[in-house]
Amino acid sequence: MIALVLLAILVVFSSLRFDAFASESNIRNILTTASVLLVVAVGMTYVIITAGIDLSVGSVLVFSGVIAAKVMGALGGEGLTAILLGLLACLVSGLGWGILNGLLIARAGIPPLIVTLGTLGMALGSALLLTSGINLRDVPTELTITIGIGRLFGVVPFLVLIATVVTVVAGVALALTRFGRYTYAIGSNEEAARRSGIDVGRHLIKVYALSGLLAGLAGFMSLSRFGTTELAGHQTDNLAAIAAVVIGGTSLFGGVGTIFGTVIGVFIPAVLANGFVILRLQPFWQQVAIGAVLIAAVYFDQLKRRQRERGVTR
Amino acid sequence: MADGPVLELQGVSKSFGAVQALDGVDLEVREGEVMALVGDNGAGKSTLIKCVAGIHTIDAGEIRFDGEPVQVSGPKDAAALGIEVVYQDLALCDNLDVVQNMYLGRERLGPLRRLDELAMEQTARETLKGLAVTTLKSVRQTVAGLSGGQRQSVAVAKAVMWNSRVVILDEPTAALGVAQTRQVLDLVKRLGQQGLAVVIVSHNLSDVFEVADRITVLRLGKDVATLRVADTNQQQVVEAITSDAPADRRAGIEVAPA
Ligand SMILES: Nc1ncnc2c1ncn2[C@@H]1O[C@H](COP(=O)(O)OP(=O)(O)OP(=O)(O)O)[C@@H](O)[C@H]1O
Ligand SMILES: [Mg+2]
Repeated sequence: MIALVLLAILVVFSSLRFDAFASESNIRNILTTASVLLVVAVGMTYVIITAGIDLSVGSVLVFSGVIAAKVMGALGGEGLTAILLGLLACLVSGLGWGILNGLLIARAGIPPLIVTLGTLGMALGSALLLTSGINLRDVPTELTITIGIGRLFGVVPFLVLIATVVTVVAGVALALTRFGRYTYAIGSNEEAARRSGIDVGRHLIKVYALSGLLAGLAGFMSLSRFGTTELAGHQTDNLAAIAAVVIGGTSLFGGVGTIFGTVIGVFIPAVLANGFVILRLQPFWQQVAIGAVLIAAVYFDQLKRRQRERGVTR
Repeated sequence: MADGPVLELQGVSKSFGAVQALDGVDLEVREGEVMALVGDNGAGKSTLIKCVAGIHTIDAGEIRFDGEPVQVSGPKDAAALGIEVVYQDLALCDNLDVVQNMYLGRERLGPLRRLDELAMEQTARETLKGLAVTTLKSVRQTVAGLSGGQRQSVAVAKAVMWNSRVVILDEPTAALGVAQTRQVLDLVKRLGQQGLAVVIVSHNLSDVFEVADRITVLRLGKDVATLRVADTNQQQVVEAITSDAPADRRAGIEVAPA
């Protein structure tokens, strides 16, 4: 249903300014802008389906970028080795924060909201400490001109390609594998999952590790695109990702949701922002519109839940 | 194997903080036997079941399977031994469908480690049919939309689908209407006839007298009596459930196991 909302938005903007809105370059622009958030939101989808939350993603993204920039800087700031080790640094940093989140939630039993609020502060604070608050720019030129702004066959931006691969793999895993099934089961009824022999703690650690890993990857993508660590640029990434996931039909109560929905949920804000710019409306309208869409999405989710619960007790 | 008990508990104790939920409980069940576990609310019946299922670890005592002492430290261990449990609160995942619930934790995988949905759906459907569960519209509807009795049927089907040797049911008819109670009782009898060891918890003594071979009475965490259905009556069982002291043992109500 939410896909129809996106479709309607696309139709409206296209009919108002077809040339500017539906041009190849503008579409590419929308896709590229959305790809970093999409990667983060995919991880967030898994987390929210387990009835959890991950507020730390934006900070982890920045932290990973800082570590990668440090590593690449130390390796001379140029060359394939530097790039590959930079990528590895991003992934390992993200994974590390994710595993820490998972351990604190699953083993220490601290609520996800508190744990990831804590690591949000810790990751960003560490990033600022490591850089003294000054953005690092030790990003190899080869990286920005290839992954950052390059395109496959001159058509598909590499950032979009990466986000697509991540999304498809994660979507298939969620829908068709045991890993996905356990994710739904835990969000639906954690105790039932445990009694069915599922190692709930281990699975939760994996899910938060995945979210951290993808935040790390997003950090690398962001670094490639902007050539800087963007220390102050990701304060609201967590909320943007959560909003996208929820708009996409994933329930904050857990047990329900799809990656496809999240894709739609990422693109509704992205398209609105882009369309408002093209129509020369104040871009701030986008924030107002997204807020309204978010509230409406959650309202419909709760309505569905209430109807269903009535059905059970009947 | 056929002569000794399949499942045997000796001196099993379990406390939650100050609450002594189980206090030196002995219990045994043999193949082809239906053992009823009765007792007042809070007597420790569900706790006993959860200890056998590995959800709680016992403080003292021993659990034996085929005469061998076993450590059941989780539902996987219990399942590996062939012990299946239908819990009082059913423990189903509302957002998952019937098939997904029945196979939860034991999904079948096809090529490329993909979930083999078709095979699972087929077996689930056959199992439900074997149990004469005919009121489900579709095995692909989510459990949230099912009636209490349908949920119960799914929980029972989930337990008997694996070549289990011991099936434990905690108040399996509590939420059911007349017809579905009938079905579950018939099913319990059939499980016994098929050679499984069955433990059933129920507050309904006429149900108990209909399906069970023996009755173990729990009172405040102690097993105060073990009675053969053939040698007792509801009056005696009610007395054992409610009497103040475990005097029934002295009164000679306890009967040696068959
Ligand atoms: N997880 C737990 N934590 C603390 N106390 C518990 C827990 N589970 C059970 N108890 C306590 O142990 C005692 C036995 O409870 P149990 O659920 O085994 O009773 P029951 O015989 O199944 O009762 P009912 O017929 O009402 O189902 C009760 O006093 C209960 O409050
Ligand atoms: Mg109980």
